[in-house]
Amino acid sequence: MTFQMKWDTCDDLTNYVLQLGDDALVLGHRLSEWCGHGPILEQDIALSNISLDLIGLARQYYQYAAELIGGDMTEDHIAYLRDVGDFHNHSMMEQPNGHWGDTLVRQCLYDVFHQDYLSALTRSSDQRLAAIAVKALKEVNYHVQFSGEWLIRLGDGTQESHDKVQNSLQGLMTYSAEFFQASKADAWALTQGVGPDVAALKPGWDSRMDALISQATLSRPAADAAIWQGKEGSHGEFLALLLSEMQSLPRSYPDATW
Amino acid sequence: MANAVDLTTTFDSYVAAENRVEPKQWMPEKYRKTLVRQISQHAHSEIVGMLPEANWITRAPSLRAKLILIAKVQDEGGHGLYLYSAAETLGTSRETMVGDLLSGKAKYSSIFNYPSLTWADIGVIGWLVDGAAIANQVMLCRTSYGPYSRAMVRICKEESFHQRQGYEIVMKLARGTSDQKAMVQDALNRWWWPSIMMFGPTDDNSPNSEQSMKWRIKRKSNDQLRQEFIDKTVVHAEFLDLSIPDEDLKWDESKQSYDYGEIDWDEFYRVIQGDGPCNRQRLIARNKAHDEGRWVREAATAFAAKQAARKLANQAS
Amino acid sequence: MSDTSNWPLWEVFVRSKNGLAHKHAGSLHAPDADMALKNARDVYTRRSEGVSLWVVPSEAITASSPDEKDLLFTPADDKVYRHPTFYDIPDEVGHM
Repeated sequence: MTFQMKWDTCDDLTNYVLQLGDDALVLGHRLSEWCGHGPILEQDIALSNISLDLIGLARQYYQYAAELIGGDMTEDHIAYLRDVGDFHNHSMMEQPNGHWGDTLVRQCLYDVFHQDYLSALTRSSDQRLAAIAVKALKEVNYHVQFSGEWLIRLGDGTQESHDKVQNSLQGLMTYSAEFFQASKADAWALTQGVGPDVAALKPGWDSRMDALISQATLSRPAADAAIWQGKEGSHGEFLALLLSEMQSLPRSYPDATW
Repeated sequence: MANAVDLTTTFDSYVAAENRVEPKQWMPEKYRKTLVRQISQHAHSEIVGMLPEANWITRAPSLRAKLILIAKVQDEGGHGLYLYSAAETLGTSRETMVGDLLSGKAKYSSIFNYPSLTWADIGVIGWLVDGAAIANQVMLCRTSYGPYSRAMVRICKEESFHQRQGYEIVMKLARGTSDQKAMVQDALNRWWWPSIMMFGPTDDNSPNSEQSMKWRIKRKSNDQLRQEFIDKTVVHAEFLDLSIPDEDLKWDESKQSYDYGEIDWDEFYRVIQGDGPCNRQRLIARNKAHDEGRWVREAATAFAAKQAARKLANQAS
Repeated sequence: MSDTSNWPLWEVFVRSKNGLAHKHAGSLHAPDADMALKNARDVYTRRSEGVSLWVVPSEAITASSPDEKDLLFTPADDKVYRHPTFYDIPDEVGHM
């Protein structure tokens, strides 16, 4: 698998597709860390399903990107041989799992956005992306129900679960701001009718999240001024650790195929 | 009025005639106890078995391999669930069974007390450990207790991809770079003997086997299953130029099967007793997941109670 | 260990894509119906075997006793005239 690739020479469409794939892969990977360690056996299985859906989605985006790049490029080169700075996922995705509440809050905040985003993507001028979105939406509709129900169940459960999950919300809400800030790739995609106007998705997300948070008897933390730029390749400390684990085998054995 | 002896005799004939025993049917206490122990041990094995494989999910070296491994480990969780459910029809509860596992009281298949050290282990576990499990499980599809046999049929349908997944990995490595070849031979060297120990003590050292066979809780003897497994698996290894770490392994033309070396029963009993390489670590992991999940389970219970109360209040108003 | 002791047992029934009726697939524990249904979907339909799922609290099910098998079911055994194969319809009449 040794080759040289200058990732910053990819064209705009490829960059956009990679951005979409990175979200799916990083979040799918985080969820897979729960496998075998969940609080309830049935939930272990449920969360693994969501992980499978997301990693499957990442593969679809990466396979498309690989075709666009051409040559010997494969989904695995993209997943296993890029460095931290080349990943363009939202900062929210790479946050550690924490406890069950942290994981489900992260999931809920993203799922509500992801559902609206994919709905818009089904109308993409890029046929391939539109098709991927149609299929993915079927799965994400389930994800939204699942994470929404858990937010409510934990918020309106015991005092302990309420406090824990309020804390989770406090810690994670800040990253949601990035959903509605257009990256360079988002901006390009909008001009081509390939991707949605992410800023325009905010009011809908706000009202849906407000309703869910209220039903969960929680309170929405105030917006803060932090700026997150995961989509521009600027990450915190967690992604490097995640990738060094995930990419360890192919990087240790560059001549091997798996 | 039927006395216990008559009931047992009738039961024995009923089972000998290949009839299925269903929940709520009269059964000898020993039959019920043996089944509860066997089914719950089987369930625990599936759950603990998730751990050595889940260990490599985050390092799976290709996206396809990652997906397949997650699905496999997820299946194992599901199998544990089917089996806990089957055991519950015999009068025990999930709480009790899980409590016994977490306290160290209950046993599970000792194979899962070995560590998964490399990616090759993941291949070898699928090939050998799932292979051995399948041999046992196919036999159990015709076991006398209805819920157990139905769970086994379901499990067998899902299990066949598990062994193929493992062997596919082994093939890729055996045909790969010299590092990969060495990796898979090393894994085979470490997992071979524990895998054939999975079939349990030799027949003359298995005192409960005879009654279990009579009651169709067991349909083939330990040695029989072990021999069938070895005969099949040697072929798989030879196909890939991998060597089985047994100097005494030799084809016997007259028996049309392989003679094999002495199993180290000291190791077997040591690991079963709790002194294997990963026993403590496995229990710590299961206890941690359980303890850290307590607040989640309590929240779900509390929420369900609130919902039920609200529903009642709505109906009243 | 009492945090899930109130979780009732649910029986799961799945009707597959081409199936005519729901088949009993197994059971699971869940604190409420929503979770029971979701769990059933996650545990019992991973290989797309289903289009319809029922979850029923186990205590709601009244089952015939295995000991009453003879009492309940033997009388039907000898009423073969209830089965279509009992009747000899000439081929010329067409499918009936």
